[in-house]
Amino acid sequence: MSLTRIYALLLRYLYLYPRSIPRILDIVFWPIVDLLIWGWLTLYLQQSRAGIPGIVSALLGAMVFWNFIQRSQQAVSIAFLEEVWERNLLNLFVTPVRVGEFLASTVLIGVVRLALIGGVLSIAALAFFRFNIFSFGLLLIPFAINLFVFGWVLGLIATSIILRFGQSAQILAFALTMLIQPFVAVFYPVSVLPVFLRPVSLAIPAAHVFEGMRQVVITGVVPWSELIWATGLNIVWFLVSLWLFLKMFDYVRVQGHLHKLVD
Amino acid sequence: MQTLLKVSNLTKTYGTFTAVNNISFQVQEGEILGLLGPNGAGKTTTIQMILGLIIPTSGTVKIFGKDMPKNSHEILQQVNFSSAYVSLPTNLKVWENLYTFARLYEVPNYKEKVKELVDFFDITPFFDKLYGSLSSGQSTRVNLAKSLLNSPRLLFLDEPTSSLDPDIADRIRKYLKQVQKEKNVTIVYTTHNMAEVEELCDRAIFINEGKIVTEGTPKELIKKFGLKDLNEVFIKLAREET
Repeated sequence: MSLTRIYALLLRYLYLYPRSIPRILDIVFWPIVDLLIWGWLTLYLQQSRAGIPGIVSALLGAMVFWNFIQRSQQAVSIAFLEEVWERNLLNLFVTPVRVGEFLASTVLIGVVRLALIGGVLSIAALAFFRFNIFSFGLLLIPFAINLFVFGWVLGLIATSIILRFGQSAQILAFALTMLIQPFVAVFYPVSVLPVFLRPVSLAIPAAHVFEGMRQVVITGVVPWSELIWATGLNIVWFLVSLWLFLKMFDYVRVQGHLHKLVD
Repeated sequence: MQTLLKVSNLTKTYGTFTAVNNISFQVQEGEILGLLGPNGAGKTTTIQMILGLIIPTSGTVKIFGKDMPKNSHEILQQVNFSSAYVSLPTNLKVWENLYTFARLYEVPNYKEKVKELVDFFDITPFFDKLYGSLSSGQSTRVNLAKSLLNSPRLLFLDEPTSSLDPDIADRIRKYLKQVQKEKNVTIVYTTHNMAEVEELCDRAIFINEGKIVTEGTPKELIKKFGLKDLNEVFIKLAREET
């Protein structure tokens, strides 16, 4: 055994840490994200010792709805990354294809994925837990649309960051939704969060959808105000994310980085 | 002859570094122009500015008499590009790739067009194979077929033979000569293989450190510098301070 060689290998791995986003996330973010989600969920359950009516449905509904966001976000980011991984980005953008057409295709692939994933999850939830996602009735439509649009917004943001920082930021294509999950109040109400974090949560469209979903399950009241908030915020987020994407696309063309994304 | 491409005072700077320094040139219809120079000379940056992939710091590009990138959608309908350093999706089959790009160019009767190119480049034996499973020679032929799908008037080929053995490279050059002759495609060609330039190009432009250092037909250039061949001209120019 040579200590010098072990030290050489140790350093070889450590060199990567300061400049590797996935490794930094592994150390700093994921443990905290896990702690926050499980901690706040436990607090929520503890605060309602008498039991929360419909809690199982609320959690299962949250799980299914969360997938809507996550998969729709990944549809956008991974469609873009596929072109990067396959070194096809330049081929694509020397065709007459417009950026808007590229984005429209990612929306459609997101819709297809959502339909398939929604179908699979709703059947599984019914089969294993007797939870019927369609018990939300027509409310399911605005819920799903708002979550899908917010997922798409996150996809645009993740893609913009990848455009700006290159492939080293590609972890965001898979992880951006997980990074914000504690603040979206998926499995617990916004009221469980510390007071200073509640405005952050309420600025996220999806948080209003999850609040509304819990309201339906637990009280049976239709959450119109939550739906209006979710829709209004989604419009703002959509415009901002589109602006960001177009800015970053111009940025890579000014910097000459489009081809470097594939190197 | 019509001028298909007119590059005027094109410059690209990154901070204090000038990648392309005030270059101007024209390409006439039916011509094969060699864009030559050592690594880092500014050839790729120039091509990418012409194609609208990089926004120039200053200068203008006109293709078919129209400004790029202002009219890019219309211009790119009649332009194509192939590079040894850009791949088609490896996880798609050859026909899936060709059909996808034919649809992106809105080629009418695209299946017939693909069939015509598949026959021309002898792609049939691997038409149903994954692009990622092809040899370098096969994938180069598929890339060339892709680059002719929209019957381009102007074609940019960035070192198309760089990863090929001499035999396959020779076959590709023969294909290109035939393409140019039969389809009257105007080609802007980059390569480090000077024999290839002598064989294929009507005219060549040498770029070094972002500037055009000389231009002319291969014969004119050899004569101008009093050297044995274009390879020696390349080495001389690459080693000179601009």
